Amino acid sequence: MIPAQFEYVRPGSLAEASQALASDEDAKVLAGGQSLLPLLRLRLAYPSTLVDVGRLDELKGVHDRGDHVFIGAMATHDEVMRSDVVNAGCPLVALAAAHVADPAIRHRGTFGGSLAHADPAGDMPAVVLALDGVFVARSARGEREIPAADFFVDYLESSLGPGEILAGVKIPKLGEGWGFHYEKFHRTAQAWAIVGVAAAVKRSNGAIAEARIGLTNMGPTPVRARATESALQGMELGDQIRQACEEAAADTSPPSDLHAQPDFRRHLARVLTHRAVRTAAGTP
Amino acid sequence: MDAGLVAEQIAESDQINEPAGALEVGRPRKRKEDARLLTGRTQWTDNITRPGVLHVMFLRSPMAHARITRVDVSGARELPGVVAAFSGQDFAAEQGSLPCAWPVSEDVVIPDHPPMAVSEVRYVGEAVACVIATDRYRAADALEAIDVEYEQLPAVLDMNEALTAESPKVHEAGNKAFSTKITSGDLEAAFRDAPIVIDRTFRQQRLIPTAMEPRAVMADTDGESFTLWSSTQIPHVLRVMLAVVTGIPEHKIRVIAPDVGGGFGSKLQVTAEEVLCLLLARKLGKPVKWTESRSEGNLTVHHGRDQIQHIRLAADADGRIRGLQVALLADMGAYLMLVTPGIPLLGASMFNAIYKMDAYEFACTGVFTTKMPTDAYRGAGRPEATFGIERVMDELAAELRMDPLEVRRRNWIKHDEFPYTTISGLTYDSGNYEAATDKATALFGYDKLRAEQGDRRDRGDPVQLGIGVSTYTEMCGLAPSRMLGEANYGAGGWEHASVRMLPTGKVEVITGTSPHGQGHVTSWSQIAADALGVPFDDVTVLHGDTAIAHKGMDTYGSRSLVIGGIAVLKAAEKVKDKARKLAAHMLECSPDDLEFAAGAFKVRGTDSQRTIQELAFAAFTAHDLPEGVEARLDSDATFDPENYSFPHGTHLCAVEVDTETGMVKIRSYVAVDDIGKVVNPLIVEGQVHGGIAQGIAQALFEEAVYDADGNLLTTTMADYLLPSAADLPTFTLDRTESPATSNPLGVKGVGEAGTIASTPAVVNAIVDALRPHGIHDVEMPCTPERVWRALEGRAQEGARR
Ligand SMILES: Cc1cc2nc3c(=O)[nH]c(=O)nc-3n(C[C@H](O)[C@H](O)[C@H](O)COP(=O)(O)OP(=O)(O)OC[C@H]3O[C@@H](n4cnc5c(N)ncnc54)[C@H](O)[C@@H]3O)c2cc1C
Repeated sequence: MIPAQFEYVRPGSLAEASQALASDEDAKVLAGGQSLLPLLRLRLAYPSTLVDVGRLDELKGVHDRGDHVFIGAMATHDEVMRSDVVNAGCPLVALAAAHVADPAIRHRGTFGGSLAHADPAGDMPAVVLALDGVFVARSARGEREIPAADFFVDYLESSLGPGEILAGVKIPKLGEGWGFHYEKFHRTAQAWAIVGVAAAVKRSNGAIAEARIGLTNMGPTPVRARATESALQGMELGDQIRQACEEAAADTSPPSDLHAQPDFRRHLARVLTHRAVRTAAGTP
Repeated sequence: MDAGLVAEQIAESDQINEPAGALEVGRPRKRKEDARLLTGRTQWTDNITRPGVLHVMFLRSPMAHARITRVDVSGARELPGVVAAFSGQDFAAEQGSLPCAWPVSEDVVIPDHPPMAVSEVRYVGEAVACVIATDRYRAADALEAIDVEYEQLPAVLDMNEALTAESPKVHEAGNKAFSTKITSGDLEAAFRDAPIVIDRTFRQQRLIPTAMEPRAVMADTDGESFTLWSSTQIPHVLRVMLAVVTGIPEHKIRVIAPDVGGGFGSKLQVTAEEVLCLLLARKLGKPVKWTESRSEGNLTVHHGRDQIQHIRLAADADGRIRGLQVALLADMGAYLMLVTPGIPLLGASMFNAIYKMDAYEFACTGVFTTKMPTDAYRGAGRPEATFGIERVMDELAAELRMDPLEVRRRNWIKHDEFPYTTISGLTYDSGNYEAATDKATALFGYDKLRAEQGDRRDRGDPVQLGIGVSTYTEMCGLAPSRMLGEANYGAGGWEHASVRMLPTGKVEVITGTSPHGQGHVTSWSQIAADALGVPFDDVTVLHGDTAIAHKGMDTYGSRSLVIGGIAVLKAAEKVKDKARKLAAHMLECSPDDLEFAAGAFKVRGTDSQRTIQELAFAAFTAHDLPEGVEARLDSDATFDPENYSFPHGTHLCAVEVDTETGMVKIRSYVAVDDIGKVVNPLIVEGQVHGGIAQGIAQALFEEAVYDADGNLLTTTMADYLLPSAADLPTFTLDRTESPATSNPLGVKGVGEAGTIASTPAVVNAIVDALRPHGIHDVEMPCTPERVWRALEGRAQEGARR
């Protein structure tokens, strides 16, 4: 299909970009275009101007910042998945990035775009939520940090304000003893997750010291499986883990679509959380 | 890299080291078409343009069923770049009715089908207005300025409900399109006191044919005659039909099917857009072009399958089939298009498949609903039949606690019983089901997998193994004209070809088939090269333009090689006969003294000879031609087969079913096909790969879903799932060979085999995995959710008991 008419600007600096956004409330940021362009082509969105942030150096690259990794918003999924810094400092992000769509889309789509788009079916939001990432937003008013728990507001809605641009995300390094897994359930290789589970598990002395679990596509925003997280804390590795994972779908409100109804999604969340936790904990 | 260089490299890699004189037929030639296609030097309809071309966009009904009370296009006409805008009313006097060429029965109802709706819409997506603008963007914008008022009418979505007296009507004449019944043998006797009766209802979900290239049409006129480019499988049929529908004389219409990127039956159609583009070119005197978007295509490319199959099978205690009764409901959608009502009937003689039985009945009712019309989709009627019978054979085996292969062995026609006239009246000329099955089971490791299955069952493994069998046959080479006449089809089933030697000894083959991915240019070159003794590279094949290939019945129904390929052979043989006369004259001998080998006529027992190239030049100069021989070394031929061809094979599929998530994974897949003689094994493998993938797609992934209001929900590929290579296993392919006796090459056709065979193989495997859980069917597509619900349902029933 063919999009309606729009203006296009490609600012050279963050200040200019913020200005362009601030001066036109129907303007939209364009990153990799892998979510925005389909909306335009199906005429589900009619932005007046697209502000292409592809030239902004502040948004690019992946940086090791000691206690955290800073992933620039314009880092592509492919870059993230291959980055040594990401693989060393926050491997769960790299593991999950490898599950996004297909190679063509991973070369265009960006880490920041996935998060700013706030699609709960995207793979990145639940991962960043599980890892307690901190979002760095920039605007004409300056810089603002938003904890992951406050970033995702509703379906396709983040807490970025008008004129705010996501510069990148700080992902805290978790240190020794952690294992990771992203379990994605989908029907074809390049499809979105019906349900996804991002798990980070810290083992100590044959037990789980701490578990962090983010769920993809189990509600209008990504969610943490808090009940399971607490149940797992201090739990010995063994059959009882399955029991703890029975709580994984608690307090979720999963969507209904052609691929799954809510009860099936809840069931999947339980099964997949069990699998993700076991794999992250290194138990076969 | 430079496209030219890549093309050269692909061409070079085609050199096959074989001794000169080796036959071309049977060689795994790489396709002549591919270097050009792979390097983007393509002629898709959308790539072709004309000076001053205008772009057409259609406004489509958002309602499944409604009366159109007002259409106001004036808002669109005022917008910049808009040349014209029309509603159905503007075409009413000239647009005619889209044709249905297959009035299958006496009682068939063929409703008026205006290309653009005038007073009523009957499915979501039906065109109600159009805009013609200087570019597509402006046309798309202008669609939003068109005002249409509808008075909503009730949607008709469920076939069973549609047939009740209370149902709202799609057309005034009612919701029944036709009904037909065929009986053979004494069915009542077969079922009376039968120790075993299997009674099952299966659903063939609605599918959306998804060709890589979307449909596109361009039409132009010089004021008197018209040229229509279309991404079609049937340029010849289309030309005739456009003349009939629009009244433009046939000789003033030229249809060109340039490169066509797939069809699978979906481009075996005379579409509203083709007719309307032609009429717009006439109205405006300018070239116009339309290319569909994928979402538009999902709504308005004719859909496939959509049947409810009620099947009853009576058997003896030892598994011998006594009788088979089939009752189908077939969803026609809102109108009867080119061959809509004939599609389910292509399965009428195929439910009995490879099995012997005493009695058979096939009944079918076509039903109108407020959905996109259905029509041919890869296999067309035969996959449905094969699915029905192969599923039921597995059910019979389960009932008898017998191996599904054993039950089939007890019933199939044995290799020494051919030719065999089946209960439904077809005569199968050749086949060897034992050989194909033996080969397939060996390649598959059947016994080992059965052992593993038992082991997993014993262990209560959450991942269960299932084995699915499909010993299919199909009826190909559509079709002997005589039989089409008996079926009341509106055309013949012959095919035409011309072969001409050029002065320099090169060869042009002109074929009436219309390839859109099948590689006819390569295969026809191989056939002609052998017949004339010329090099493969010296042959070119022209097709798909009614001004060049003036006669043809086009490509569908696994007919091209079996009929069109034979026409090429016959035409080439006529050329050779002419050349023989000329050679005899030049060598001053009798034609009978000449032997033909390696492209030359040689006087037996001497060294004097004339090559076919020399003869071509002699015919061109015409300086010394014998009496009665014209100055041309060319000929043509029309071939009309006396019978269908009957490819068959054994497909075996192993699936792993994750009983915790419902996920089905195909672990291994073996296909042993008997398609008779093979012209090009590489092309055959390609066809089988694609076919199996498409059949698996029906089993596991694809489904067109309409909501309760008749809106199509699967308008994008995020909702209408197609598998890619990443979702499919490595296929193990092999062949057995029992040549067809109905044509001189012994070929049977391979275009649909994979699709026909694979769907039941996969579903049988899934059901086989789940049988210990008390499950004996899973509706297609067998999604994780459906499998899980089947397991849940069983578990809950168990708990209640
Ligand atoms: C066929 C297909 C399959 C896909 N499958 C998956 C999948 O399996 N898993 C998955 O996670 N994703 C999937 N995606 C989406 C893909 O990951 C996209 O890359 C991602 O959702 C958006 O990133 P983008 O850079 O393309 O953003 P864009 O499309 O350019 O933008 C998306 C939205 O975010 C806003 N935005 C972008 N960057 C910023 C910024 N720096 N600051 C503020 N706002 C911003 C835009 O204004 C827009 O609203 C798929 C996409 C397609 C087309």
